[in-house]
Amino acid sequence: MKYSYYPGCTLKNKAKALDVYARASAKALGFELEEIKDWQCCGGVYPLGSDEIATKLSSVRALNDAKEKQQDLVTLCSACHHVIKRVNDDMKNVEDIRTRANNYMKLDEPYAGETTVLHFLEVLRDRVGFDTVKEKVKNPLTGKKIGAYYGCLLLRPGKILEFDNPENPKIMEDFIRALGAEPVIYPYRNECCGGYISLKEKEMSGNMCGNIMESAKGFGADLLITACPLCLYNLNASTQDGLPVYYFTELLAEALGVKEEVAQV
Amino acid sequence: MSSEKKQAELIREISGVNPLKCMKCGKCSATCPAYNEMDIKPHQFVSYVANENIEALVQSKSLWKCLSCFACVERCPRDVQPGRLIDAARQVVVRQRGGNYLKADEIPELLDPELPQQLLVSAFRRYRR
Repeated sequence: MKYSYYPGCTLKNKAKALDVYARASAKALGFELEEIKDWQCCGGVYPLGSDEIATKLSSVRALNDAKEKQQDLVTLCSACHHVIKRVNDDMKNVEDIRTRANNYMKLDEPYAGETTVLHFLEVLRDRVGFDTVKEKVKNPLTGKKIGAYYGCLLLRPGKILEFDNPENPKIMEDFIRALGAEPVIYPYRNECCGGYISLKEKEMSGNMCGNIMESAKGFGADLLITACPLCLYNLNASTQDGLPVYYFTELLAEALGVKEEVAQV
Repeated sequence: MSSEKKQAELIREISGVNPLKCMKCGKCSATCPAYNEMDIKPHQFVSYVANENIEALVQSKSLWKCLSCFACVERCPRDVQPGRLIDAARQVVVRQRGGNYLKADEIPELLDPELPQQLLVSAFRRYRR
């Protein structure tokens, strides 16, 4: 199975680990991520204004590229996923945005939200299946107590993201179980890390991440996993004695026995 | 039409939100992770727009404390989406000349070696035009 793949700006630079371990894991699981040619940055945050059109076009271009290849579009970064999924919803359901975006795009055939957008975790759950992932695990992470840190962008707004139950998600816990480890459920797993506030107000994101860390530690986690480079950065910056934070793809590659194949990142 | 009235209309238009749907349950403020940092709280924000009290809103530091975490949007039982209203007020400010909250000159000293590109592009989108 081949998917169109949108890596996003950070996965080419500070978050290379999120990308390379996903590619190696995909190969081991029997599917291929075909990177979209000439993709453009999604902008990091979804442009909320209903009159914002130009800021949504990079997503539309990626979505249309996947449509022309008749492939589903896979994302890894929580922010890219959030932006592209919401723009796709606009293109499907908001006539004004669809019309004006297509006026800019001048495509042979207008884009109207035809592409299916899948986060890598959704591919594992809905296409590969966590049972199959479990069968392919060579080095189960037995004994590890892992806290899933969801953050905001994968879950909310639930009506559009349709990723999981936004108040009580379980996809990452099921993922952790598939790797042979033990998920730790803690109250702050879908609380905000502070996001972009950490550029100008480190103390505010520091306090928020401190709460997340304390919560996860208090419930017995040894480490945290995330899909978001900004969450990882904020969590790591928050405390000296915090838990280690990994991209979920790194643990997947380790469990599948393909981590060593990947050149050091 | 007074300029406040015009701006209120603009905020309603950009956000696509009808603040009159609010039933003042306060869930948005209860769930907001930036509540303590805000001078005008999310539920008050909705009333300010409904009452066209815009001068205070565009001066509010809440515009720069909202994290776009969508907790208020998710949990609003009336689909008022306070986060969208706050963003629209932010747009009204940054779309004006000199309204940028983040200046390009500030960036170099805010950088550190681990800082992800995602943080810069996100802040640029939210804080400036």
